[in-house]
Amino acid sequence: MKIHEYQGKEILREFGVPTPRGTACFSVDEAVAAAQQLGGKVWVVKAQIHAGGRGKGGGVKVAKSLDEVRSHAQQILGMQLVTHQTGPQGQKVRRLLIEEGAAIVKEFYVGMVVDRGAQRVALLASSEGGMEIEEVAKHSPEKIHTVRIDPVAGLDAAEAAKVARAIGIPDVANAQAVKVLQGLYRAFVEKDAMLAEINPLILTADDRVVALDAKFNFDSNALYRHPEIVAYRDLDEEDPAEIEASKFDLSYIQLDGNIGCLVNGAGLAMATMDIIKLYGGSPANFLDVGGGASKEKVTEAFKLMLKNPHLKAILVNIFGGIMKCDVIAEGVVAAAREVSLNVPLVVRLEGTNVDLGKKILADSGLPIISGNDMADAAQKVVAAAKGAK
Amino acid sequence: MSILINKDTRVITQGMTGKVGQFHTFHCKQYANGANCFVAGVNPKKAGEDFEGIPVYASVLDAKKATGATVSVIYVPPSGAAAAIDEAVEAELDLVICITEGIPVHDMIRTRYKMQGKKTLLIGPNCPGLITPDEIKIGIMPGHIHKKGRIGVVSRSGTLTYEAVGQLTALGYGQSSCVGIGGDPINGLKHIDVMKLFNDDPETDAVIMVGEIGGSDEEECARWIKANMKKPVVGFIAGVTAPEGKRMGHAGAIISGGQGGANEKLAVMEECGIHITRNPAEMGRVMQKILKG
Repeated sequence: MKIHEYQGKEILREFGVPTPRGTACFSVDEAVAAAQQLGGKVWVVKAQIHAGGRGKGGGVKVAKSLDEVRSHAQQILGMQLVTHQTGPQGQKVRRLLIEEGAAIVKEFYVGMVVDRGAQRVALLASSEGGMEIEEVAKHSPEKIHTVRIDPVAGLDAAEAAKVARAIGIPDVANAQAVKVLQGLYRAFVEKDAMLAEINPLILTADDRVVALDAKFNFDSNALYRHPEIVAYRDLDEEDPAEIEASKFDLSYIQLDGNIGCLVNGAGLAMATMDIIKLYGGSPANFLDVGGGASKEKVTEAFKLMLKNPHLKAILVNIFGGIMKCDVIAEGVVAAAREVSLNVPLVVRLEGTNVDLGKKILADSGLPIISGNDMADAAQKVVAAAKGAK
Repeated sequence: MSILINKDTRVITQGMTGKVGQFHTFHCKQYANGANCFVAGVNPKKAGEDFEGIPVYASVLDAKKATGATVSVIYVPPSGAAAAIDEAVEAELDLVICITEGIPVHDMIRTRYKMQGKKTLLIGPNCPGLITPDEIKIGIMPGHIHKKGRIGVVSRSGTLTYEAVGQLTALGYGQSSCVGIGGDPINGLKHIDVMKLFNDDPETDAVIMVGEIGGSDEEECARWIKANMKKPVVGFIAGVTAPEGKRMGHAGAIISGGQGGANEKLAVMEECGIHITRNPAEMGRVMQKILKG
C-alpha cells in the first residue's frame, strides 16, 4: 500500500528523521494560509499523488511570494499530472504539500528494500540524489552502496557512518546522517514497509541533513497490525475497479486489452493472459478468484469485468483443486443470468468434478463456448473477441 | 524413489483443527498411504483430543516425541504462521511445508534468519505443498490429477502446477514428485534447491520448471542447470503480459525497477539450455518431444 509524501514525512519525523516544516492542503486558500503560517521567503508547492516523477511533470514549484504560492497552487491543484509512473492519462491532483524552502548544498539518495536473494532488508545509498536509483544502477552502479542488515542487531551505527562517508556526506554532518539511516531502518521494520526512499536527502547550507522527499510502500499482508497506516489510505489514488474487487477479496488488475479473464490462482491467471496474447488477443484484466470462490464471488467478478467498456469477450479458465468445477459452473451460470451477459463467453474447466461442471454449463441453455483445454479456449476467445462488434 | 517425501514419511499437521486444516488433512489422509502418514496434529488448547483419529498434541516437540514424525505441514493463519515455522525448526524437524498465504514479509525475514545453521528445510510459504504420486500428498493439490512416474515438477504457483501435471498425465507421463515452492518473496527452498534434488534422484528422468515474474530465482537456477544438470528441463515463466509495478496476486510476483520480467527470465533460461516454451498449454508436449527424441 502506497501513501503520500506528506504522510511519509510524518512517519519519518516520528522516527527522528528531520524534514522541512510543511502542511498538507486541500484548497488554494488553505495553501496560501499554510505558507503564511510557515513564514519565511521561499516555499515549495508540491502536488501529492502516489506516483513518482512529479517534478518533471510540473507538479513541484518554488514560490518566492504568497502570490506565487497562490498561482502555483491554482495551477497544480486539480491538474491531471502526467509522470512516467501515471500512464498517459495522468493522475488528478487533489492534495498539496506546502513546505518551507531549503538551501540545498548537495543531494543524496537513501532507500530501503527487501532483498529477496539475501532474505534481508537492504540499505541502498548513493551520492546521486534526485535521480532515480534505477537509472543510477544502470549507468553508474559503482555509486550505489548496499548494506544488508542483520534483522536481530539492526543497522549498526558504525556501518551507517561508513555508508554516509562513502556517499560523500561531510564529517560535520555524519552523526546526523547516522541518525537518519537508523531512523529510516526502524521505520521500515516497525511499520512493515516493503520500500522506503528518501530521494533526495539533502545537506543544507547550514550543514543539516534533511529528508526532502519520502516514499513508502507497505506490506499489505501486515496491515492488520497497522491501523495507523491503513488510515493513510487514499482511495482517490487507486483504481476504482481494484477497490471494488478488494471488497470481495478478489485480486483484480485492470489492463488495456479487451478479453476479460476469470481464473483461479495467480500463476494460472498470469499464464492465461500470456496465452491470450500469444494467440493474437489482448487481456483486459488480471483476475484471480482465489482458492475458495463462492457463487457470489464469481458473480461479482463478472460484474467487475463487464464494467470495462472495452470488453469484447470473456474467458473463464479454472483448474479445480480445492475449488470444485461444479461450484464454478453454477457461479458462471448464475452470474451470466444476473448480469445479462452481452459478450461471448468461453469456459474451460479442468480438475475436481469437471464432468458435473460441464453438464451444468451445457444444461443452462446459455450460449457458452466450451474450451477443451487451455490452448483451445484461448484460441476460441481470441476469435470471439475479433468477431464481436 | 522420489524427493523429500515418500510413503514412509510421518507428518505432523500444525493448524489441523481449524477449518482449512481439517478439510485438507481429511483429503491428505485419504490419498494413497495418507492414513499411515498423517500421525499427529498440534494445538496447545486441544491436546489430548483427536481429528479423524489423528491425535492432537500441545506442541510440535510433543508430537515428534510421541510419533517419531519428521515433517510438518502448516495451515496456521498468517499472523501466527511464522511462529509455527519457528516452533517446527526448534523441534528439529527435517522438513516444514507452510501452506499459509499472507504472512508479513518482515515475519519471514526474522524466521529465515533464525533458520540459519539449523537442519530444517522449509517449503513455502504460500504454496500448494508437495506430492509423491501414489505414496503421499502433503498439501492442497488435487491428488487425482497425478500419476506415478519419472518427471519432476517444481513451481512457484499452485494451479499452474496442476496445469503442468494435468498435461503430463494426459500424455501418459507420470511424476516422481511435484513441489510447489510458493509465491512469496521470502521463502524456503528455491527452484535451484529442488532442481539439485531432482538431479540426484535416480527415479527422475526430466523436470518441468514453472516460474513467474519477480525476483531472480529462476535465473540462478538456470545458471546452475547449465553447469550441473544431467537431465533435460522444460521451462515456462508466467507473466509476459504483466505490467510493471503491479503485484500480480502473489506477493512475490511483481516487476520492480525493471527487474524480474518474464522475457528476461526466459532469455536466461534458454541461454542455459532449458527447453523453454512461451505457451503454458505446451509444457507437457515440449517434454514429450524431448523424451521421444
